[in-house]
Amino acid sequence: MLTVEGLNQRYGGSHILRGVSFEAPPGEVTVLLGRNGVGKTTLLKTLMGLVPAASGRVTFLGQELSRAPSHRRVQAGIGYVPQGREIFPRLTVEENLRMGLASLPGGARVPDRVFELFPALRTMLRRRGGDLSGGQQQQLAIARALAMRPRLLILDEPTEGIQPSVIQEIERVIRALAAEGSMAILLVEQYYEFARSLAGRYLVMQRGEIVRRGEGSAMERDGVRGLLAL
Amino acid sequence: MRPGRRHLLLSLAAGALFVVALALGDQFLDSFQLRVSSLCAIYVVLALSLNLVNGFTGLFSLGHAGFMAVGAYTCALLTMTPEQKEMNFFLAPVVPWLAHLSIPFLPALVAAGLVAALIGFLVGAPALRLKDDYLAIATLGFAEIIRVVLTNTQTLTNGALGLKGLPMYATTWVVWPCAALSVAFMVFLTRSSYGRAMKAVRDDEIAAGAMGVDVFRVKVVSFTVSSFMAGVGGALLGHLLTTIDPKMFTFMLTFNILLVVVLGGIGSITGSVIAAIGVTILMEVLRFLDGPLNFGLFETEARPGLRMVVFSLLLMAVVLFRQRGLMGNREFSWSMFSRAGLARREDGRA
Ligand SMILES: Nc1ncnc2c1ncn2[C@@H]1O[C@H](COP(=O)(O)OP(=O)(O)O)[C@@H](O)[C@H]1O
Ligand SMILES: [Mg+2]
Repeated sequence: MLTVEGLNQRYGGSHILRGVSFEAPPGEVTVLLGRNGVGKTTLLKTLMGLVPAASGRVTFLGQELSRAPSHRRVQAGIGYVPQGREIFPRLTVEENLRMGLASLPGGARVPDRVFELFPALRTMLRRRGGDLSGGQQQQLAIARALAMRPRLLILDEPTEGIQPSVIQEIERVIRALAAEGSMAILLVEQYYEFARSLAGRYLVMQRGEIVRRGEGSAMERDGVRGLLAL
Repeated sequence: MRPGRRHLLLSLAAGALFVVALALGDQFLDSFQLRVSSLCAIYVVLALSLNLVNGFTGLFSLGHAGFMAVGAYTCALLTMTPEQKEMNFFLAPVVPWLAHLSIPFLPALVAAGLVAALIGFLVGAPALRLKDDYLAIATLGFAEIIRVVLTNTQTLTNGALGLKGLPMYATTWVVWPCAALSVAFMVFLTRSSYGRAMKAVRDDEIAAGAMGVDVFRVKVVSFTVSSFMAGVGGALLGHLLTTIDPKMFTFMLTFNILLVVVLGGIGSITGSVIAAIGVTILMEVLRFLDGPLNFGLFETEARPGLRMVVFSLLLMAVVLFRQRGLMGNREFSWSMFSRAGLARREDGRA
């Protein structure tokens, strides 16, 4: 579904992504692990066209997106939940959700499925995004990305700074989405247990390179935990 | 009755009341008061146009006087009769294609907006790649360039002499409908998906891009539409004062509008309307400050500009103590009254 080949990215002089290649198939969670500063967020931003790639190819559902602007990638069906949530603080919850429809033609509605997955949101539609708690904001950010029914959902450290009860909630949602079978999910995480419980396959990144990859079930055996602790 | 229906009826009633008030005002106010009233309406248009860019889209633009100047000159040159042009351009004759051109006010007003919008687009397309203070500096520079151009294109604009004796077209029945139209347009826009995208760009550009918003396009559209409104506002101002010259369109003019927007609340239509009316009236009321002041025991000399000191202090006070202005980014709604307990509650819930 998503195919990334030989992706390179630089910030000024420093080489951040070094020949990153991987695939994210539908109906499965592809987990990308790595310590702080190795380039995970940069990879996702490059995939979303928010920062330019130096070289490499990104194809999604047969479309070549390597040079496409962000809005084209979203239109192609990629939903993105940025690190640190980045909801719109002065917009209401409802407006935030509707922003998730920005890439669709006018008249599109937030699917009921979104409220089935996050029933609490229905009760806070009129509240301002900035007034929600961190956990609620994270749920809103995921719901917002789901509003346009993406074929690929990208999540950047959704558990960062979130209370355990909400983490469980998010885990349940991601599992349910993967079980539907049609959506590919790319999950960036540092929280090992959370990542392992969801991973269909995993990738480990160190200094801008994928240094190990494999089946999710093999993470323990492959010593992924050790790679993260280094 | 359902709240939606009731609010619609209330709005219609308010609209009718507004028309009656205009009719009464037009009948009974003296010419000075009418002029102030028209100025209020023009400031509503101008404040909304600046708020669209600065408040709703989060772009720090300071070039408003430039777009107003473009609008004012376009409209003036299109409406003046050949005789008026001949009288005005006594240093050097006006360019031939303009000499005999004279069209009615309303199409000229639209043309003024369109020319300002075109210039806005041409300036915005490169300048909007800049951020925050850089954008402010670039737009400020643009407005100054416009002034220099106006001063130096003698055969087109009559240079520093300006244009005099414009027909007084900016009557109550022109300016207030323009103001009402601007308010209606802004309400419609901010509730539309486009307006939502603007607010999203203001709140978080990166996230807006990640949602599939074409951030740059939203900025350019907002800037262009705002320029249109500024051009119309400038044209109305010209035809109210009946005289325009390049010195009118300095940064002071932009500052006055910015003052209104900040006092009213950045990102609030209601705030802009209230502050536009309040500030305009106050500016006239405080006009005595610019003349000689009589304190009984002694009398001071006239100090032109003292009035503006008061407004600058007011602005500083707002920035220091109540950054969100009068309204913050809230809006007027009929349910405000029921929430405040002034009217019957709409439903059983407390
Ligand atoms: N906007 C930027 N400009 C320059 N360098 C950056 C920028 N963003 C991130 N970096 C650098 O890129 C590297 C990777 O950062 P990031 O992708 O955020 O890592 P991760 O998400 O894995 O923690 C870091 O060394 C960081 O300092
Ligand atoms: Mg990161």
